[in-house]
Amino acid sequence: MDLSYSPEELAFRDEVRGWLKDNLPEDLRRKVAEYEELSRDDLLRWHRILAKKGWVAPSWPKEWGGNGWNVVQRYLFEEECGYAGTPPLIPFGLSMCAPVLLKFGSEEQKKRFLPRIYNGDDFWCQGYSEPGSGSDLASLKTKAVRQGDHYLVNGQKTWTTLAHYADWIFCLVRTDSESAKRQEGISFLLFDMKTPGITVRPLVLLDGGHEVNEVFFDDVKVPVENLVYEEGKGWTVAKYLLGHERMNTGRIGGSKRELAKLKEFAAAQSKNGRPLIEDARFRDRLSRVEVELMALEITNLRFLDQMRRSGNPPGADVSMLKIKGTEIQQSLSELMLQAVGPLAQPFRPVDAPVAARDDFDPFVASLAPRYGNMRKTTIYAGSNEIQRNIISKMTLGL
Amino acid sequence: MDFEYSEEQQLLADSVQRFIQKDYDFEARKKIVASETGSSENAWRTFAEMGLLGLPIPQDHGGFGGGALDLMAVMEAFGEGLVVEPYLATVGLGAQFIARAGSKAQRKTILPAVAEGRMKLAFAHTESKARYNLAQVETTVTPNEGGWLLSGEKRVVLGAPLADKLVVSAATSKRGFSLFLVDRGAPGVEVKAYRTFDEMRAGDVALENVQVDKKALVGKKNAGLALVDEVVDFATALVCAEAVGVIKSANESTLEYLKTRKQFGVTIGTFQALQHRMVDMFITGEQARSMACLAASKADAAADADDRRRAISAAKIKIADACRHVSQESIQLHGGMGMTEEMKVSHAFRRLTMIAQQFGDADHHLERFAALA
Repeated sequence: MDLSYSPEELAFRDEVRGWLKDNLPEDLRRKVAEYEELSRDDLLRWHRILAKKGWVAPSWPKEWGGNGWNVVQRYLFEEECGYAGTPPLIPFGLSMCAPVLLKFGSEEQKKRFLPRIYNGDDFWCQGYSEPGSGSDLASLKTKAVRQGDHYLVNGQKTWTTLAHYADWIFCLVRTDSESAKRQEGISFLLFDMKTPGITVRPLVLLDGGHEVNEVFFDDVKVPVENLVYEEGKGWTVAKYLLGHERMNTGRIGGSKRELAKLKEFAAAQSKNGRPLIEDARFRDRLSRVEVELMALEITNLRFLDQMRRSGNPPGADVSMLKIKGTEIQQSLSELMLQAVGPLAQPFRPVDAPVAARDDFDPFVASLAPRYGNMRKTTIYAGSNEIQRNIISKMTLGL
Repeated sequence: MDFEYSEEQQLLADSVQRFIQKDYDFEARKKIVASETGSSENAWRTFAEMGLLGLPIPQDHGGFGGGALDLMAVMEAFGEGLVVEPYLATVGLGAQFIARAGSKAQRKTILPAVAEGRMKLAFAHTESKARYNLAQVETTVTPNEGGWLLSGEKRVVLGAPLADKLVVSAATSKRGFSLFLVDRGAPGVEVKAYRTFDEMRAGDVALENVQVDKKALVGKKNAGLALVDEVVDFATALVCAEAVGVIKSANESTLEYLKTRKQFGVTIGTFQALQHRMVDMFITGEQARSMACLAASKADAAADADDRRRAISAAKIKIADACRHVSQESIQLHGGMGMTEEMKVSHAFRRLTMIAQQFGDADHHLERFAALA
């Protein structure tokens, strides 16, 4: 047994680290570090920098822009991005729609969409959840009725992340309400967000931020050529995507960066005239999270090693990474909030924008909202309860 | 032994609940929070009429001579309704200093004015580096012929933008600090107002050579700490009671959601994995209520200061943990809905998050409790 990376892997990591250091724009690095909202332009700018370098879609086939990295390299790259604090690569196009098109799409569809996804010409969002269909996705009701050369779509999606930035949405819709198994009447459709009849309404979250939306479809006409795979086979497509999760489900690089930031922040806070980081109780809490993170990193590496040996996708193991990774992210944000103590309360100036107030520290004021915002991580992308169900069923056979 | 509220206490709590249902429900509260002052003059007038503002004020100064136990039911109802008025700042903190240690003249002018709803107060104490240490005061005092000049920076002063007068701590010697009554509008006082994460109004208070006269001293010189310790313990007991109300609201909302939200063809409350979590939230709520009872009773009638300190810290440890547990789980069990501003439970989350750290987090009180054991 050897827990260390090979010299080649270390050299690769150093190359990535060095390149990120030179190429991550300072304004984007700062925005991420200070938990500021990233604009559409910010997200696409970083996407395009990586696209130009050839690093935006490592797992795609080479003919479409993939670079042939193995699973360890892909993992290292994503962890280094997390550690450096790059803006996230929005997954909806790159790692959700594109893999679906590569596996199930027609040549026409691949040619039409893949280069634009690669280059960051289109911003994609995901139309899965509905008000009555969250954890129980197969109960979805949005209806698509075939009428000649198009589908007529009516219904509603919700929790649609960044729909207000999106040019395109891929949706699961019900094309057959009669089929005996409800999974069988579902199809996978691509819509242009500019199509008449689409309304996007913001859902403001408890931190006051706008990242998710409700999306309403009122007699939306979607051309038949935007159907991916066969009518009624949408559930097969959706299931394929679940097994196609990204390498960084545990978000270890990002959590390492947050941990380093927490240590730095706690060293700057004062308790009875001494730095808070020297306080045994606080230090213990922090160390517990650090140990959790170490365990998760090694667990993640074990899974990578298995994947590399077997050539199989990770399967239900990803659920474990999601559960532990999100718990760690939440603990870190909670400790940041605890570290700041009574100064955690200020939220928004009453009569002026934050920037106009020299007394108002926007970073400190972002800690409570950020802690609140991080509660989403155990709910989104398959709640942690659903992840436990998956392990229970798939791995343990219960 | 009797854990029931008295008839009078129950009647008062009922009338507060009726007021909240009628004039301070979630929709009305939304408007109040978004208003210019972030508070409701109508609510304050009603509080005065109902006797809530005079409840813990001595009878000879226009009050009802009540204690923390009498306020418990009120604070619980405020918690349930997520009331954002500066009640804690004025009644739980400011007026307590005057009632317990104010001069005759201060008592006479301030206490009836508070009870009648004509005056609001705030307690300007916490400084940038003090964290939860009540003894750490660096605001300076310079004696002059008129009395004293105060200079310093106070942070997160709850209710400061709404207050008429501030109770300000300042270091009068190496041995201790003293408390002074300062007009919020006095020359040299600047309040930088903001909304807090739990949707109240607070502010940082800058004091620059603020002139106060000899009559402004509250209590004995250099003896501020013992008084602050006592009053903050009183306010902590009130916040514990408020937390019980917020927890009740969050738990009820979660239980309702479990009973109505359907997935996989059944209500999600039929899943045992979620049932047990709801049970744990319920148990946490009951444990929190028990400790809030202890805190209120000891705030009123502890045998000595250490007896009181131990009980208050024990209560705050349990309450802080309960706040985190219930707030986090109530969001999780509501799923995405719990994350949205539209749902009351997300506002309960915000308040519980802040109560967990108000007047000291669990670690602070664990340390204080352990030192007294």
